[in-house]
Amino acid sequence: MTAPLRLVVRRRETAVLEGSGRTVEILLRVPTDLDAVEEAVDLVARHCLASGVPPRAARFVMRVVLCEALANAIQYGNRFDTSKRVDVRVEVAAEAVTLHVRDEGAGFDPTTIPDPTASNRIDADKGRGLFLIRKLADEVRFNDRGNAICMILNRA
Amino acid sequence: MSFTVRKDEMKDVVVIGVDGQLIVGNRHDLKKKVLDALDAGDRRFVVDFTATGYIDSSGLGVLVSLAKKIREMGGDLRLAGLNDDLRTLFELTKLDTLFTIMDSAEEAVAAF
Repeated sequence: MTAPLRLVVRRRETAVLEGSGRTVEILLRVPTDLDAVEEAVDLVARHCLASGVPPRAARFVMRVVLCEALANAIQYGNRFDTSKRVDVRVEVAAEAVTLHVRDEGAGFDPTTIPDPTASNRIDADKGRGLFLIRKLADEVRFNDRGNAICMILNRA
Repeated sequence: MSFTVRKDEMKDVVVIGVDGQLIVGNRHDLKKKVLDALDAGDRRFVVDFTATGYIDSSGLGVLVSLAKKIREMGGDLRLAGLNDDLRTLFELTKLDTLFTIMDSAEEAVAAF
């Protein structure tokens, strides 16, 4: 049985030149277990809603990209090693929602992932996760090691 | 989240409703329901997404692999009830070219 997920929500006041804004930071440590993905996504989405993220964004785009990033981290990053964890950090700011997902794996080169819409791959049963993230998020970045992804969803 | 299975006896179509999400954590449940029905002799399938929140790439993948298997056995799997968000996932991945997508489960059943 999966242990309950621990969610830490921190509210941080951020002063900017033209005034002051509030950034809400949501931290979640997720076990390496695919059964935990849905609960993790739900928890983060609910806290994002409570922090003012528009319902459609929290209901759909954010859920899909976070689900994909967690599934990749568990399967290809941590390779199902249950001694490892996946760390999620979400920053909800006035202009954007930024989702960071980091696994404890060796990392990968995101430029080597083939296009799943190519005619010879269109009927493959896997390989669409990163493609969907790139299509749905406004900006996607990786760290140099390739074990952490940052997905930015603009709120404008 | 759960899957509901009903059979339209008139048209001999199995209609599977996805209530909640179709994602990496539950895709095998859908696969099992369809494969069990295939083993029992069913060949016509509709997956109804009217009550679905979101689908991830694993969910899309299981639909692709099931559709291939069903077609190999002379049947077909059709999709219905996709809202605009869900339809976008199929369009982005060009999977809308692989599936017959109908507005409602009733239409999809009637079209068999």
